[in-house]
Amino acid sequence: MLTLNHSGRRARRMKSKIIKVDYLARVEGEGGLYVRIKDNKVIEAKLKIFEPPRFFEGFLRGRKFTEAPDITARICGICPVAYQMSSSHAMETACGVTVGGQLRQLRRLLYCGEWIESHILHVYMLHAPDFLGYQDAIRLARDYPDVVNRGLKLKKLGNDIVTVVGGREIHPINPRIGGFYKVPKKEELDALIERIKWAIDASLETIRWTATLPFPDFEQDYEYVSLCHPDEYPMNEGRVVSSKGIDIEAKDFLDYFEEEHVEHSTSLHAKVKKRGRYLVGPMARYNLNFDKLPAIAREAAKDAGLGKTCNNQFKSIIVRSVETLFACHEALQIIENYEMPDKPSIEVKPRSATGHWCTEAPRGLLYHHYSIDDDGIITDARIIPPTSQNQKAVENDLFGFVSKNLHQSHDELTWHCEQVVRNYDPCISCSCHFLKLNIDRE
Amino acid sequence: MAAVKKKPKLAVWKFASCDGCQLCLLDCEDELLAIAEAVEIANFPEASRQIIKGPYDISLVEGSITTPHDAERIHKVRRSSKFLVTIGSCATAGGIQALRNFGDVKEYTSYVYPNPEYIETLSKSTPIADHVFVDFELRGCPINKYQLIELISALLNNRKPNIPPYSVCIECKRKGIVCVMVAKGIPCLGPVTQAGCGALCPSYNRGCYGCFGPKETPNSASLGTVWERLDVKNDDIMRAFRGFNAYAEPFRKASEAYEK
Repeated sequence: MLTLNHSGRRARRMKSKIIKVDYLARVEGEGGLYVRIKDNKVIEAKLKIFEPPRFFEGFLRGRKFTEAPDITARICGICPVAYQMSSSHAMETACGVTVGGQLRQLRRLLYCGEWIESHILHVYMLHAPDFLGYQDAIRLARDYPDVVNRGLKLKKLGNDIVTVVGGREIHPINPRIGGFYKVPKKEELDALIERIKWAIDASLETIRWTATLPFPDFEQDYEYVSLCHPDEYPMNEGRVVSSKGIDIEAKDFLDYFEEEHVEHSTSLHAKVKKRGRYLVGPMARYNLNFDKLPAIAREAAKDAGLGKTCNNQFKSIIVRSVETLFACHEALQIIENYEMPDKPSIEVKPRSATGHWCTEAPRGLLYHHYSIDDDGIITDARIIPPTSQNQKAVENDLFGFVSKNLHQSHDELTWHCEQVVRNYDPCISCSCHFLKLNIDRE
Repeated sequence: MAAVKKKPKLAVWKFASCDGCQLCLLDCEDELLAIAEAVEIANFPEASRQIIKGPYDISLVEGSITTPHDAERIHKVRRSSKFLVTIGSCATAGGIQALRNFGDVKEYTSYVYPNPEYIETLSKSTPIADHVFVDFELRGCPINKYQLIELISALLNNRKPNIPPYSVCIECKRKGIVCVMVAKGIPCLGPVTQAGCGALCPSYNRGCYGCFGPKETPNSASLGTVWERLDVKNDDIMRAFRGFNAYAEPFRKASEAYEK
């Protein structure tokens, strides 16, 4: 939804101007943008977040540790699995338990489903219409029915993986601390194989298609942060690593990163201590873990013109497509090697302790920590979602993009600014513990 | 010249929520383009930049009222809507964020935010029906997408939606699932919770945890005594009723009865 103060005006070399979008479309949650330009210089660029706060960390205190996966899932309807995974692992660490073997693989399979569903939603329905000048995917479908139908079919597969493992696609009921309530039979997973094989081909087509979209030249210097694991592309496990030298365990996260509270946002802004903005998400994971991608994904990325690193957030749509291919490939491996475990979960007994954990939500690193007492009652909770970590990078991109493109007409620039924000696939519901855009030219 | 029949306009509104219920509409992968043929999707910011002015024939409202601004905005939504449907636990009961209604919101704000003075919030999270007249409600955390399609289809055909108000137990029996509470002693909210999920949790060896909120005429007090006999502690009974539909009256009273 646009509020155009100068709607319809063509580009004049206006000295001062305000670009604003009161209510950003095609993002999850409520936010806007505001850019103020004076004497042909950008004065400020803000990502405004007015999503009503819901105080999850507040009311988690006093709840049972076993409730955390069900409650925190409700932070986000798009990536509930991420919350269930970070909270379960944090609680298990606190209680000194490690979930391994096939149960670990099932959790990874569940995450693959969520990555596919969430990435495809963004690639086809939220992001692609910008590049092609459409208001939405439904209008896109009138001119490109085959493309949109491919997207919908891929998305459905992602949701179906989550449903088979998790019970339902939104707020899965099956994951629990220690594993699952019930594990799927081998034949239930085998039933997905043919569709996943199709999805691998469809992901390859998605990569080829996204590579043909028109991308502005917009390379930026980011500090990338993601998990890194010695043997695998990261999802549920790994050290927190940055492109500027951080290499730590999740328990040390708050020694290196901090959150600050700014007036224009109900989402806290995270930064690297004494350094500032950083970037989490698909591009960070890709740049820090390229060599862990399977050969098929590395090849497809190369054919799409991506190097081992990508520094243009507009191209994150290709990176998301590469990660979708990875997730389909990984899901197939897990299913083909699946043996039904004897028990659906391992017992986790509470003890007075604190547990920290990070997993890779589709949008990036998701940090949780909890303290619990001997009865398993939560005494302290802290959650840092990917979107609040990316807010400073988004604002910096807005600043940089507008500075470089002052010659554009107001309408064109406004739409591009929205796109700069959507490049991040922001999830505002998550970040409020979390989006609103205005461009101001005085 | 034949008159062109105008498509009914559909709008989707968001208040305090996780976006999951409106996502259910986009999760109708097989039906989405057909729905977009049958109605004009006129206001759905999560999916489109295009905003077409009201009035709207059908408004789907997600989320609860938690800020002074939203308490005013909902009246504007009502004025521009012919048929207003609340979707999900937040809109119908206040949602998980209504847990604040049982505590001190100032304490919560200062716990989560370093500068509480930047935060404008109401002391309670309340359902939409506390503010404006609601024509129909769809329950669930999240809603069931097939119930959503049934609702849209019924409204387009001018008939009453077939959304049963009975309990999860009925769905459970129909699926032939052995009662988890009777046979395994697993505490279950199924007897007092409205159907709609397809008895999901019992079919996964888990007790229902109340996503669809109270069924019509629930006997929550009686269920509480059954749980007591299963040796469930009072605190745990209190927490079970105090979930995603904590502020719905039958669950609220039950949780308060077990509060120390």
